[in-house]
Amino acid sequence: MDLPSLTLTELRHALHTGQTTSAAATQAIINRIIAVDNQVQSYLTLADELALEQAEAADQRIAAGEETPLLGVPVALKDIICTAGLETTAGSKILDGFIPPYDAFVVQKLKEAGAVIIGKTNTDEFAMGSSTENSAFFTSHNPWDLTRVPGGSSGGSAAAVSAQLAYGALGTDTGGSVRQPASLCNLVGLRPTYGRVSRWGVIAFASSLDQVSPFGRTVADCAAMLQVVAGHDPRDSTSLNEPVPNYAAALTGDIRGLRIGVPEEFFGAGLNPEVEAAVRQAINKLAELGAIIQPVSLPHIRYALPVYYLIAPAEASANLARYDGIRYGPQVNGMDVIDSLKKTRALFGPEVKRRIMLGTYALSAGYYDAYYGQAQKVRTLITRDFKEAFQQVDVIATPTSPVTAFKIGEKADNPLSMYLADIYTLPLNLSASCGLSVPCGFDSLELPIGLQLMGDTLQETTILNTAFAYEQATEWHKRLPVLEESEQ
Amino acid sequence: MLTLNEVEKIAHLARLELTEAEKMQFQQQLSAVLDYMDMLREPDTHDVLPTAHAVPQHNVWRDDVIQPSLSTEDVFFNTAQHQNQQFKIQSVLGDD
Repeated sequence: MDLPSLTLTELRHALHTGQTTSAAATQAIINRIIAVDNQVQSYLTLADELALEQAEAADQRIAAGEETPLLGVPVALKDIICTAGLETTAGSKILDGFIPPYDAFVVQKLKEAGAVIIGKTNTDEFAMGSSTENSAFFTSHNPWDLTRVPGGSSGGSAAAVSAQLAYGALGTDTGGSVRQPASLCNLVGLRPTYGRVSRWGVIAFASSLDQVSPFGRTVADCAAMLQVVAGHDPRDSTSLNEPVPNYAAALTGDIRGLRIGVPEEFFGAGLNPEVEAAVRQAINKLAELGAIIQPVSLPHIRYALPVYYLIAPAEASANLARYDGIRYGPQVNGMDVIDSLKKTRALFGPEVKRRIMLGTYALSAGYYDAYYGQAQKVRTLITRDFKEAFQQVDVIATPTSPVTAFKIGEKADNPLSMYLADIYTLPLNLSASCGLSVPCGFDSLELPIGLQLMGDTLQETTILNTAFAYEQATEWHKRLPVLEESEQ
Repeated sequence: MLTLNEVEKIAHLARLELTEAEKMQFQQQLSAVLDYMDMLREPDTHDVLPTAHAVPQHNVWRDDVIQPSLSTEDVFFNTAQHQNQQFKIQSVLGDD
């Protein structure tokens, strides 16, 4: 049995029927990481000893007859999620060597569920970026073409799952940072409704936009991850106190009569023609499966990018003010306390500094109303557009990314061009909607293409089932990237 | 277009130390981004309330009961300089 090539769902079945053990699967994953991760560079920290201990504990629970969604399953975590006793850096030199004293809520849930935590994956610094090129440590590589980016900011998690170095992973999606890498790596990536998953213990970038979001190779895999981490957390005051449905049970594959809206605003200039063709074909497939396709409009969507790039940096400038080297992290000494602060904060990378500067300016006296205040008003208009659209349709279908995986270095010198990579994903984060990316084809260079499905507040079951119906009628998810194993 | 003086003021507010090259680079890049933001004046927002929360919740309380919190060992585990269970920094009150 080629253990790493199994899907999460297949592994769960093999564990439950005694065909393999969590210890065997965990060891196989660790061996594969040693053999190929020097090419992919998805992991920042490997927790192999801890993982094998967790695997043994899980095997005992399996032997006792327990059957739960992630029991014994090796998973990876974006290095922006705090893990007690395990270095957590947010991809930044300013947290180099930081060992969190507690587990994030989502990590507690994973451990209670008997998941096996293999390690921490690479990320753009403080989740700011769309390629992992802003990681202070190194860039991750797309397993489908190692000269290209896996997307970002959760690029390490996407690369790990895609290269079969974990059966599932968690990332965070503030402007598209799980959906876009999922699209570039042939994965399912789901960004839940804001508040569906607790942010407690997740290093904050933009507090009104951040959500922990799962990756899986299939819809069922992604649903299993969400099942375990979703739910109310009293320690996060933005956490929704709403029951968590059985996501697996919602995967019926029946979408007859489902109303799917297609907004032409998402099919304009800048969209790669091969991506457009694959997405339109996918929408046709949904029609064949019984969905009713109709045009829908989100008239203020063109303002989403400037709104996002004012609100997110503004919130980030406040959230990153805590990194002063005084209580934790490296400390650089200067002539006086202000000088020390400035020298310590020089450990931030250029993109982080750029966004802190932008955010500080947007919030500063005299500019607050014109920039931040105005952006929050236009945000209300965008949220209204979504709500009105969801009166007429159940799901909105668009491309996830305007392009397929771009070359490492291609967009690094032009910040605005990098920001445009998220143009189809970031509107959702401004609203009360949920969304996912599901594989829908490959371009002429064999690079993956993703279909984005967005749903109304707390409609994760609807978008998951729509994606499931599409996935079961296609074979994209069965393709795997080929990596040569190096001799070690 | 932002002036270099404005860039320096923002950097000071953000407690960031920039090199001369960074100041000039940010002056250009930030100005370009802010020009792009001008398009936000187009939509009619005269009777629109700003979004305070993506999915609004009000008055989220908890009972005034002591919950477990971090031990002092945990608190100071990652601290560069500490003394007598206090974080140690340079003098804040100066001569000016």
